[in-house]
Amino acid sequence: MSTVANSIFSPELAARFDHLVTIYPLRRSALVPMLLYAQDELGYVSDAAVAEIAERIEILELDVRNVLSYYSMLRTKPAGKYNVQVCTNISCMLRGGYEILDHCKKTLGVGHKETAPDGVFSLEEVECIGACCWAPAMQINYDFHDDLTPEKVDVLFQMYRDGQGKDVK
Amino acid sequence: MADVNFIVDGKQLTAPAGTLLIEACKSAGIEIPAFCYYPGLSLQAACRMCVVRIEKMPKLQTACTTPVAEGMVVQTETPEIAQARKATLQLLLGNHPLDCPVCDAGGECELQDMTFKYGAADSFYAEPKNHREEQKWSPVVYFDRPRCILCYRCVRMCGEGMDVFALGIQNRGSSSVIAPNVPAQMSPDDLPHVDCEQCGMCIDACPVGALTSGTYRYKTRPWEMNHVATVCTHCGDGCKTTLGVRSTSDGSEIVRGDNRDKSGINGDFLCNKGRYAFDFANHEGRITQPLVRQTNGEFKSVSWEVALDLVGKKFRELRDTRGGKSIGVIGGNRLTNEEAYLLQKFARTVLGTNNIDHHRTADYVSFAQALAGQTNRTASLRDTLTAPSVLIVGGDPTIQAPGTAWNLRTNVRLNRAKLYIANSEPIKLRRQAKAFVQLSPFGYSALTSYLAGDDASASSAASDATGLSAFRDVVKSEENLLILIGSELRGADLRKLIAFGLTLPGAKFALLSDYANSRGAADMGLLPDMLPGYNPVGSSSPLATEYTANTTSGSLAPGLDMLEIFDAAGKGDLSALYVVNSNPVARYGVDAAALKNTFVVVQEMFLTETAALADVILPAANLYEKAGSVTNSYGDLQQVKKAGDRAGVRTDFEMIVRIADKMGTNMRALVPFGKGLRADMGQTRGAQSGEADRHSIWLTAQNLEPRLSPFDPLAILDEIQRLVPGYNILRLQLLSGNDQHLSPAAPAELVQITTRRDLVLPANDSLFTSGTLGRYSTMLSDLQHNESLRPSSLLTQIQTAAD
Repeated sequence: MSTVANSIFSPELAARFDHLVTIYPLRRSALVPMLLYAQDELGYVSDAAVAEIAERIEILELDVRNVLSYYSMLRTKPAGKYNVQVCTNISCMLRGGYEILDHCKKTLGVGHKETAPDGVFSLEEVECIGACCWAPAMQINYDFHDDLTPEKVDVLFQMYRDGQGKDVK
Repeated sequence: MADVNFIVDGKQLTAPAGTLLIEACKSAGIEIPAFCYYPGLSLQAACRMCVVRIEKMPKLQTACTTPVAEGMVVQTETPEIAQARKATLQLLLGNHPLDCPVCDAGGECELQDMTFKYGAADSFYAEPKNHREEQKWSPVVYFDRPRCILCYRCVRMCGEGMDVFALGIQNRGSSSVIAPNVPAQMSPDDLPHVDCEQCGMCIDACPVGALTSGTYRYKTRPWEMNHVATVCTHCGDGCKTTLGVRSTSDGSEIVRGDNRDKSGINGDFLCNKGRYAFDFANHEGRITQPLVRQTNGEFKSVSWEVALDLVGKKFRELRDTRGGKSIGVIGGNRLTNEEAYLLQKFARTVLGTNNIDHHRTADYVSFAQALAGQTNRTASLRDTLTAPSVLIVGGDPTIQAPGTAWNLRTNVRLNRAKLYIANSEPIKLRRQAKAFVQLSPFGYSALTSYLAGDDASASSAASDATGLSAFRDVVKSEENLLILIGSELRGADLRKLIAFGLTLPGAKFALLSDYANSRGAADMGLLPDMLPGYNPVGSSSPLATEYTANTTSGSLAPGLDMLEIFDAAGKGDLSALYVVNSNPVARYGVDAAALKNTFVVVQEMFLTETAALADVILPAANLYEKAGSVTNSYGDLQQVKKAGDRAGVRTDFEMIVRIADKMGTNMRALVPFGKGLRADMGQTRGAQSGEADRHSIWLTAQNLEPRLSPFDPLAILDEIQRLVPGYNILRLQLLSGNDQHLSPAAPAELVQITTRRDLVLPANDSLFTSGTLGRYSTMLSDLQHNESLRPSSLLTQIQTAAD
């Protein structure tokens, strides 16, 4: 039942999903990891992904959407190639997190949860990312950048634009 | 479970261990407010309104999730608790609009009541309210998001109660929202919708006005209506529906149907038909004046007097010239018992014919014969809620009898009842079944043989032989099994299945049929070969003797059935046809030409296919516009009360009486009303000349007064109670709007198993159709259209995440 014909995912991910649903006492426990992996591959959780995940876990699409909409890290719209997540939680806030966020907004020309027209960057204001010791911090895709200043941010963005940034999955 | 003692507000109370505190308090008359708690559904503890102080517990506790315990000491109303509830209300009102003056729920809103009680009118929250536009999820379900207080009742009701799971909860925190299963981006019109059974239970459960009904919203206020509790006219479950009625210039209009006090046989439940499909009464095609066909073939409106005169004169003339046997009578499935009884009595004693039939939707004759001489073997609808195990053979209760399906689901969920299903289709209830056997098409006959022990028929019953064998073994080991039988089983098969069931200790039976009074029509003898109470025509039962005494033309032989009546018409042998609240021409595909030489009288609400062929159409009232009683498919008798009213129409009861009167009938013989003449000692109504008036004696023995009017259905009810076996009615139970279970079995000594034609034609109604009547309900047409817009649902194939 777990294998799905005409999967929208890559063969590797499809195989991973085939395995994933078998390792929990309840199939639906695989839901959140599946959503995350699907988002990593597709860039967001599309309607087609929702449908296939529901089919794989044998739950209703509505159940998938209920969970999907709960977590702010899960997206239903495409983000930029590099998703910039600026922390403004308390440590970062005290060390200038909002300055960094405002700088990003100005530099990239987009606001919270928006994507620049060229599709390279998107911006998101996030809660604590666990880098308080080196605040202010941000995460670009899964890569951490800490102890930031606006200047350092400019350098970072240029690096990514030049294709030298790490694209951690 | 053992009882525990505890103290609430200084009162010493006792309740079984495991009872929830909120329920224990309710039983003792102590109200604990709650928005999210709903009896029978899973616990949520989301609203925090039911908080109480329990001694030795550090914080306020939710009464809806706390089971009572020995020695517990509880306070339910202290300043501390009032403050906590007030704070909860302030939070709820933080986003709740103050649109009570226009909200449908205004006046019957739990949030409004609580705000009045705890006074949270002032709020500390200065943030702007989170407003969203209302959404139309379906023609009958509208969602006003800002009014929602996120109690999750609708989500649980839809999932657990209905097993549909069309509603979910999305987003998080204060932006959480109830979401339907068709999201906006998946919908052709870019708006969210529900793909569901449209039962409206979510609206019923909603404590505020967040979910509102398409038929009722913004129409009136609860206190401007009168509320009449009556029986739904649609399927054979006979659910109680409370109709909200309001005066109009030409009568009184039904504006709402709901399950207001939940006091009926249906408990919490009401389906879409009971809730919305009352609107046929206001259909523009409603006939409100008698119509008589002119020589040019067109209908002309005439006065009641002219129409009844014509019908009476013509019936009399045709009876006297061509004989009663040339007249056919067809009754309906939505007549009251009194009307059905009166109609067959009129046919048999006034018209002098046994050519009487109705659209049979289940074989009640075989059912009654198979159970002849048995006691306590028929099930009530209430048994479906409590039976420890249930076997369903044939039928699809989810669609044909939604109330039954609700009870079965509830029984499985709350009492862990064991459900066994044998059906040729993968019906939805199999999701609750412990064992399901998919039969081969037309495999019911083979199944009954197999159950009865004929192993050779296994292969023709189902392809899964081992499954079938295990199924039989487990069913045979059950005690007190409730056996629900679909209309697929008739005649010999039905008798065989019942014979098998009778070998199981304590097994009870019910035969499911399609309309409000299909059972009553059969019980009351709208059949060519059966008098009321399944007394065969021509037998020597007391009822038959009285009928014969009153019959002018000695009709002792069974009459023509439905098909034979139309055959006779085709051959030119039918002088007159009297159709009361039925549409046989469409149902049986009768050729219009067959009736061209027959005098056809039709009592109908609309110009149906049958009415279109009539010579006289008499505009009839529907079941919501009359009083009487109906019997549901289980044999539960309930009272029907008059709710709506329409100027110009008459009840079928009144029309039958008046036609009989115009024929010059001795009215007291037809409807037992009034006292006999002083010197008469009642002989005028006696079965034999010179014999005392049996009805009068019976009335005296029952301590009942004679009825004063020939139009009083209670006069016929008296006669039904006196003559029809099994209809030993408890008046107090009936007249207080309660149900009572009757088991009208055929008199054992009179049962002759013959090869009669059962002529059962199931109505095959879907959730959104209801025979001919359903066509005239705008809301049902809207729902059918709505249903046609999306591909058939996969609901029955998918498991859900909810437990």
